[in-house]
Amino acid sequence: MTVLFGQLFTGISIGAVLLLIALGLALTFGQMNVINMAHGEFIMAGAYTTYVLQQSITSAGLSLVVALPVAFVVAGTMGVLLEILLIRRLYARPLDTLLVTWGVSLMLQQLARDVFGSPNVQTRAPDLLTGNVALPGGLTIANNRLFILALALAAVAALTLALRLTPLGRRIRAVVQNRDLAAVSGIPTARIDRTTFFLGSGLAGLAGVALTLLGPIGPTMGTNLIIDAFLVVVVGGIGQLKGSVIVAFALGVLQATGEYLTTLSVAKVIVFVAIVAFLQWRPQGLFTLRTRSLA
Amino acid sequence: MTAVTPAPPDTAVRQAPAGAVPPNPPGGRSRLRAAAGFAFGAALLFAVAPLVLSDFRLALLAKYLCVAMVAVGIGIAWGRGGMLTLGQGVFFGLGGYAMAMHLKLADAGPGGMPDFMQLYGQLDELPLWWRPFASPWFALPATVLLPMAVAFGLGSLVFRRRVRGAYFAILSQALAAAMVILLIGQQGTTGGTNGLTDIQGFFGYDLDDPVNQRMVYFIIAAVLLALLALARQLIHSRYGELLVAVRDGEERVRFLGYDPASVKLVAYVVAAGMAGLAGALFVPAVGIISPALIGIVPSIEFVIGVAVGGRATLLGPVLGAVAVAWARTALSERFPGTWTYLQGLLFVVVVAFLPGGLASLWALTRHRAPGPASDRRGWSPLGRRRGDRAEVPAA
Repeated sequence: MTVLFGQLFTGISIGAVLLLIALGLALTFGQMNVINMAHGEFIMAGAYTTYVLQQSITSAGLSLVVALPVAFVVAGTMGVLLEILLIRRLYARPLDTLLVTWGVSLMLQQLARDVFGSPNVQTRAPDLLTGNVALPGGLTIANNRLFILALALAAVAALTLALRLTPLGRRIRAVVQNRDLAAVSGIPTARIDRTTFFLGSGLAGLAGVALTLLGPIGPTMGTNLIIDAFLVVVVGGIGQLKGSVIVAFALGVLQATGEYLTTLSVAKVIVFVAIVAFLQWRPQGLFTLRTRSLA
Repeated sequence: MTAVTPAPPDTAVRQAPAGAVPPNPPGGRSRLRAAAGFAFGAALLFAVAPLVLSDFRLALLAKYLCVAMVAVGIGIAWGRGGMLTLGQGVFFGLGGYAMAMHLKLADAGPGGMPDFMQLYGQLDELPLWWRPFASPWFALPATVLLPMAVAFGLGSLVFRRRVRGAYFAILSQALAAAMVILLIGQQGTTGGTNGLTDIQGFFGYDLDDPVNQRMVYFIIAAVLLALLALARQLIHSRYGELLVAVRDGEERVRFLGYDPASVKLVAYVVAAGMAGLAGALFVPAVGIISPALIGIVPSIEFVIGVAVGGRATLLGPVLGAVAVAWARTALSERFPGTWTYLQGLLFVVVVAFLPGGLASLWALTRHRAPGPASDRRGWSPLGRRRGDRAEVPAA
């Protein structure tokens, strides 16, 4: 029972990290059909932002609180710059954006190596987040993982509310559902695209801050995470967030359970096979927007 | 597929605008030109290169030519078929590991075990799935058939359910990630991160001997030329035209009564076979195969050479792959950090601003519109892709 619960919670916490990363991707991929491989480097930027802030702010707790909004803005700004400089020119060629942003991510990784050095760096976690929460029955939950779960859920809630209730959210949904119709209705689609990119990239920055609580940060930390996060978006279906939420936790639990029953490497293969099998059933992902297009 | 339509003269080296059906062949000139180009390439590879280059440089060239073989396959699958496959390293690796396993077993002698297995010391005898590779009659076909089988399995599942575009690219990349993690995880039987190293013999020939290294180079050059000939036949066949049609308007091809899934599957499987063969020949040329050579990063690096050279052309991918690999060696020897920036810049500049690759520059000098691959998003019922200028009629 304890072991089962432990595995379940590990899975959920893997899922929470995936979710934080995938939310931003789901936004940009869903709205603009753009595959942003540099998303992983925006995560890295968020993580290094935390590291830099800790150099000047000695209190680990305060620096974490400050890092969250700052990392959001830093990563978001990088995203907007990328959108303006490159991605805007490539909206008709989604596969090419994948390669172009891969090139950008290579350069950003090397930049991080030149600025911060190749070895990984470590940040200090606040005391509050280093301990465990004891539950009845001898179960424990690590505080930092609980924090990340809360952060992910808060991000989902905030994003959902923003999309549902604000004028900006309404415009974003309109562009996702039918770009041309939104444009003729007077919605400035180019500006909406830029805003969405800011939000999506900013969420990557938040994910980066969260990841500093789990381990060291290094120039290639994003590459390993980005593919899993993309799988979440692919399986979850684009255009809606709920698919990503469900799939992120499902993949996390599947990964943790597979790891427990076999090994890490076999678990990865199991997850891959499960995804291909799932796409046989629902090739467009778990939830899709109904459109009349042939795609 | 057997009925080969002779192409017009110019398409022997580069392609007509995307989607355009080549006009009726003016005669046998295109074949003549292709044969002349082929002979020129053969002379360059077989006579000039061995005379001009030192043994060391020739061995490097052999390595680049293996990468070029992968590039020929990517040119077909991505350039002509529109399937951006970011997992060619998997097929390269399958071919490479199949060959390396055989060579390791041959080095160890009958009944022997590869050195690394004794090193890790957990195994008393050869694992079951290693055993067939002791026979060259199994291992050599397996270098090509194994990748093709994997590609067939994944492709038939995925294409039939119309998983395509970015979804397919991500899946192919995830396959590469899973394969590498599996190889590293099963260290006792796969050599883990180190891979299979220190391969000394190649069917009885000592690979340390420069003469034998030269022989390996000649084999690789011959295979590359053969693959190019095969690719040319494929591109200029009726199948090749169908493949381009699927790339530019999959639904329209479906409405015409063809099955786009099968068309794509053939291209994907052929590309996988070429990558497998390349991996198999890479092993005797370099003496090692390891997860670092086949993972996500090398897989995507295979693609950049193709993009630089010109994805939809026959020779572009080969020249691009060799040029990028050469530049990598030349620059990373001296400035390791700079090369990463340059490589990133190459991705950005070429793909964003020169989607037809260097071949399109060549084509511009001939007053022809280059033919970059299009994507579904730009498809419109009017027959023109959004943002396309009116097609320049072929001169």
